Order: sequence, then C-alpha cells, then structure tokens
Amino acid sequence: MSKRTVKLKMYRYDPDKDDKPYMQDYTLELEPSDKKLLDALVRLKSKDDTLSFRRSCREGVCGSDAMNINGKNGLACLTDIDGLPQPIVLRPLPGLPVIRDLIVDMTQFFKQYHSIKPYLINDTPLPDRERLQSPEEREELNGLYECILCACCSTSCPSFWWNPDKFVGPAGLLAAYRFLADTRDEATTERLDNLEDPYRLFRCHSIMNCVDVCPKSLNPTRAIGKIKDMMVSRAV
Amino acid sequence: MNVAKRTFDAVIVGAGGAGLRAALQLSESGMKTAVLTKVFPTRSHTVAAQGGVAASLGNTTEDNWHWHMYDTVKGSDWLGDQDAIEFMCRKANEVVVELEHYGMPFDRTDNGKIYQRPFGGHSQNYGQAPVSRSCAAADRTGHAMLHALYQRNVRANTQFFVEWMALDLIRDADGDVLGVTAIEMETGEVCIFHAKATIFATGGAGRIFHSSTNAFINTGDGLGMAARAGVPLEDMEFWQFHPTGVFGAGVLITEGVRGEGGILRNASGERFMERYAPNLKDLASRDVVSRSMVTEINEGRGCGPDKDHVLLDITHLSPETIMKRLPGIREISIQFAGVDPIKAPIPVVPTAHYQMGGIPTNFKGQVVAPKDGNQNSPISGFYAAGECACASVHGANRLGTNSLLDLLVFGKSAGESVVEDFQSGQLSLKPLPADAADVSLARLARLEGQKNGESVFEVGLEMRRTMQKHAGVFRFDNLLKEGVARIKEVAERAKRTEIKDKSKVWNTARTEALELDNLIEVAKATMVSAEARKESRGAHVRDDSPDTAEFPNGRKDNEWLKHTLWYSEGNRLDYKPVTMKPLSQDVEPIALAKRTY
Repeated sequence: MSKRTVKLKMYRYDPDKDDKPYMQDYTLELEPSDKKLLDALVRLKSKDDTLSFRRSCREGVCGSDAMNINGKNGLACLTDIDGLPQPIVLRPLPGLPVIRDLIVDMTQFFKQYHSIKPYLINDTPLPDRERLQSPEEREELNGLYECILCACCSTSCPSFWWNPDKFVGPAGLLAAYRFLADTRDEATTERLDNLEDPYRLFRCHSIMNCVDVCPKSLNPTRAIGKIKDMMVSRAV
Repeated sequence: MNVAKRTFDAVIVGAGGAGLRAALQLSESGMKTAVLTKVFPTRSHTVAAQGGVAASLGNTTEDNWHWHMYDTVKGSDWLGDQDAIEFMCRKANEVVVELEHYGMPFDRTDNGKIYQRPFGGHSQNYGQAPVSRSCAAADRTGHAMLHALYQRNVRANTQFFVEWMALDLIRDADGDVLGVTAIEMETGEVCIFHAKATIFATGGAGRIFHSSTNAFINTGDGLGMAARAGVPLEDMEFWQFHPTGVFGAGVLITEGVRGEGGILRNASGERFMERYAPNLKDLASRDVVSRSMVTEINEGRGCGPDKDHVLLDITHLSPETIMKRLPGIREISIQFAGVDPIKAPIPVVPTAHYQMGGIPTNFKGQVVAPKDGNQNSPISGFYAAGECACASVHGANRLGTNSLLDLLVFGKSAGESVVEDFQSGQLSLKPLPADAADVSLARLARLEGQKNGESVFEVGLEMRRTMQKHAGVFRFDNLLKEGVARIKEVAERAKRTEIKDKSKVWNTARTEALELDNLIEVAKATMVSAEARKESRGAHVRDDSPDTAEFPNGRKDNEWLKHTLWYSEGNRLDYKPVTMKPLSQDVEPIALAKRTY
C-alpha cells in the first residue's frame, strides 16, 4: 500500500531570527495511525523541531491546540486529516498577537474572561451539605459550563477583532451567562451592571461565527441573546 | 549567567486539581504564593477526568466512609497505608461538598442532591453489592472540577506564572527544600523561585508508555526533579492500565460507562467478566478487568480481524440515558473510534492511565524519606499532592474516582500543612546555596551546545516502546530483566539529545527535551522497581508468581508487604513497611485477605 502524504502550508514566525512572518510548505508522509491534524503536526515536529504549537490532551477537552485551519478556527486534535482540502493552510488564531508560529498571546482573551467574574457569587451562609438544585435547574447550565476556553469563538468574531479591549467576546459572555443561569448565584444585578455599556455586551451583532466554529458545539450567540433579554426585562 | 530571583512564602508547581486546591488554602490564608504551570491552569490533565469523584454521601444508596475505606484498602491489594486511606475517605464528603459550594455543576438527583453513580470496586457492606459513590457532572467531572477550582482561585486572587516550566528542585546542604528553578517558555528566561515552602502538584507520567490515556504534558516533571535531587520515588512499579482506552487512539472511555450499565464483550458476544468476577462483573477493580480483557485477547477471543481488542457495549441503554449521562463519551467514540455508541459497541483495549506510586508523603502532604533511622522523616519545606505524590492511598491499584478525591483531599491537606507550618514559624527563608541554579543552567547549556546527538523524538519513542513491551499489563521475569538493561541504554542516549531549535522564544523542542529527562527518571524507577518485586500484587502481576494455595493471587505478604523506594543515584532500591494501622481508634485495621470480586 502506498503511503499517504499530506501537503501543508504553515505560518512561521520566530521573533528571535525572523524579521517578518512567512508561509512554509511541507510535504509529510503519514503513518496509518495518523488520523487527526494534530497527529500530522506531531509527526511533522518530529522531523522539524523548530515548529511551535500548543497541545496537550489531544482529545478536545483542554483547549490548547486551537488554530486557523484552511481559514476556519478549530482544534487540530478534533480535525480529521482525510477530507481536508490540501495544501492544509495553518495559521495562528486571528486577531491576537502572534508570539511564535502558531502560538498566540492569549492575555486579552483571558482578561475578558476574568472581567465577568467567572466564579459563583453567593453570600448566604453555607449549609453543611450540598446546596439543593433541581435537575431542571441544573439543566440550564448545559451548553454553558462545557466551554474549554480554546478561544476559537472569540478570535473568529469581527466584533472582538475590532474591540478586543472593550467587547467581552463570545467566550467571556458564555461564561457570564453560565453564572447568570445558575440558581445558586446571587449576583444577577451586579453581573448585568457589569455588562451594561455600549461595548461589553452590545457589540455582539449576532454574526454567529462563534457558533459556527465552536468545537464543543456550544452556542454563545444564544447565551448572549439571553443576557440581552435579561437586560430588557429588568429595564421595563 | 545571571539568574533572576523571585521570593515567595510558597511556590506551588502545577495547576491541576491538586495544585489549585492547595493554592486556595494558601491564597485564602494570605500567604504570598506563586503557582507555576506549564499550561494555562484549565488545560491541566485533571480536565480529562470523566466519571466522577468518590464520596460516601449516600445520596442514592446507603453508604459510609468505613465501606469506602474497606474498598480502597482491598483495591490497593493491602499496599495502601491505612492511616492515609482513613484520612482520605473520612474527608471525602467535606471536600466534595466544598466543590459544590464553589459552584461546581454536579448533576442532580430528583430531590436536588449531588448525583452519584456506581463505579468499579466500590461496594456496599464490605464487598456485598455495588454502591453509587461516584459524584458526577455528566461524564465531564474533571472538566467541571478543574474549572470550578480555577474560578475559585480567580476569586482568591491567586498569582499564577502561566507557561513556566519548573526545571530543578533546590536543596541546601541540610537537604531542606528552598524552591525551584524555572524557565519562562515565552522568553527562555531562567529564574529562581526562592520560597519557604514548595508544593509539587505536577501530576503523572503516563507518557512513559507508548499507548496511554495521558496528555502530552504528563511527563512526570515533579518526579524527575525530586529524583535528581536525591528524593526517593515510592512504589513506581505500580501502573494502572485502564480497561477502556479507545482501540488505536488510547483516548479514555470512563468506567462510568460500565457504571451506567455498559458491558464488555468478546468476539462471540459473551459478557466475559461474569467468569472472572462473578459478583461485581464489569465493575470489578480496574487491574482485574484489564487482565481479564488481555486474557480474552491472548486466548483468541478478541474482536476485529486481528482479534486484538474487545467491545464495550451500551447499545442496550436508552439513547436518552447516553445523551444525558455520557454525552462526552459519545463524542469521543464518534471522533476517535468512528462509532456512535447508541448504535454499535466501542472497540477498547487496556491503556496506561495512572501512576499509583510517586513522591513519598504522609497524610499531611509532607514529603518524607528515610533519615537517621526514621523511615518517614519529613523533608523540611517540601510537600506534594495528587498523582505525583504517594501518600499512599492507592497502593498497588487505584479505584476509579479515588484520583479526583486524592487530589482534593491531599491538595487541601498539603495546603493546610504549609499554612500551619508557616504560621507556627517552623518555615523560614533559608539562604540559597551559591550553586542553586547550576544544575539547571548546565542542563540548558548542554542542550544548547550538543552536537551529533539524537533526536528527542527518537529517544522518547524507544523509551515508550521499551516500557510498553517490558512493563505492561502482564509482566514476565525475562522481559523485566531485559527491560532494565534496555532502559539504562535509553537513559544514556537521553543524555545526548540534540535539538535544532535554538530560539529563546517558545522553544517547544527544548521543553520536550527537558521533559524527556524527567520521563527517563520515571521509566528507570518503574522498570527497576518492577523487576525487583518478585510477587504479584494489584497492577503488578508476574508470570513467575502465579495464584497458588500458599500464595493466593501470587501475593507474597510474608516477603513483599512493603513499599519500594527507588533512588536515582545508582538505581538503588530500599523498602519501608506498609502502615497497617488506621489513623484513629474508630476503625479496626482491615485484615489481609485474598482479593476477589
């Protein structure tokens, strides 16, 4: 059986030696066990160790290996090699400063996540045992808590590209709604106040790129819509 | 080279479950703390835990910590220390309820309590019937837990050093621990973190094996650093092979699948676990299930054209149950096995998963080593928790859901010990030795200047293949002997690895070379300890120590009821007794018995 090969075109930049970024072409021979794009990248790195990218769990739960794959954000570990148009064009996530190769500086992304106070706020004295929550109340958190902070969504969002310092972005807003939707959280007013300005929430124009790229099939646009509904209902 | 120095009350290495839980104690006590982590905290491997965390809450079936303790001691094949096991099982409800209070989105029962499911080896009334003890958030418990712990640390203003890799442990002439050296991945800057207390929470080293459920980052960094600094590693021969890794890919399929009713089948469709564990069947302990699977495969009853795996069947469960309780598993099966488990069974095979051994600690999370006739003398300033540590609660085999419990209980306990020792004035900032950074700088300089060396990938591959072949599910005297020689050869080759990437910025080739140094220590410890232990116990089963009337299951308590201690220097072994006495008078020691399920 002839060996499978794959052609890749990769964004390369090492600030230690390169004046500016460039695209590098690779032709790679795959082993039969190489199924996902991450397998190909790991194999490629075994031949060219200067290639830099983040990766960890290789099963889509840690959120490390988000990148722009043929123009669309995704996780390398969940992307099948077979079926990808070649050459596979790989670039870092758009809109964030590039540190090196496929590695971006995620400071702004996490700053926005932290800005929504991503933790449960509840000042009622705690019971000895767990607080009670009905299965139906718990169900409200499905589709929200599963976010892996990979940043595929926020870095595919034009509103986030334009105002990464002012617009919370889909990932941060999904997290904001995760706490607003939690019956155990008591900070609804504070959380809504925190988002009530022309940018933080309202820069979302329902372009829905976030929904399109989320590797966990989550729907930040819907969560953002629900926050907007809460804003409206408290205003009337 | 001038090395920058940062000074803290405490430094924690690792920001998975154990590191984050310890960090909370320190941050909330007001100690000036640095948490170093190779990856952003929510990318730590705790995130991949699926099925649940053990606690005898008794929300759906009657339960109590005595039963949990019994199951854990029996699961450990009596190699676990009963003081630490009592401590962990009694603390379980407290630490799990705390997580709920932090906001962790546990699934709920109809009456609003934390949802619990059955899990392997956990039983009611001392082995009589399965019990629902695993507290779960669907099949994403680790993810939900890690994010909740990170979020709580955001609230506590914990100071993280993200994408910093610790390089070496700093000890002074007294053997006291004074911190670590570390490298910032983005800049290549080396820095000394000088601290009164150092907590290791660096996780496991499953990447010593070729086929592993573990993340790429699980390279045993804490173990490598400890071993190079003269700290022994305990019980490293004991590695858990999880029964259900996806065939070919190695990705984990939680035991919670069997907890929800999943069944293992061989080529003829037979539920073969009925023959090996008539009572708990598919929910027998992991070592037992993995061996049964390999036996089926070895005897020609495996599935597929090459008869090299078995099937995990949940097609009899309702699609609603699968979508509600096992949604992540369905995604993984479709992604990595090409199978929708609602319609067809999942091909699975035992896969290296968890390291029972590690850096020796007591139940307070203090690192201990033999000194002046005391087998368990605390090393001043040094603490460890989670998979990198060996308390020892898992002994020769860990029960599912006890790993998440371990990291919560001992993460908290190590944190509390540090706070206590700090506030009582026992910890001081001892002066740094002049050569504090020399070892690390020499390692980096060696890599920088290495010519005509071998690639990190090739040497790593040889290590992983050697471990897989020579220290697998079943162990053979001749393979182990040969394995010891081979791994020594690989260790020599690892001293001459060469990287082409010389950049200071985000040099992942350098990171991988440094990680290989750590993996090699773990691989040597595993092979040497395994070769020496001439009995079968828990996950360590040898061909030359079979089940006999005199030695049931091949376990030789008269000679081998003891912990292994491996020292890197000279590949030397030592042993210390197992603590059979529980912590309190509330419970009798669990007496030695033959392990059956």
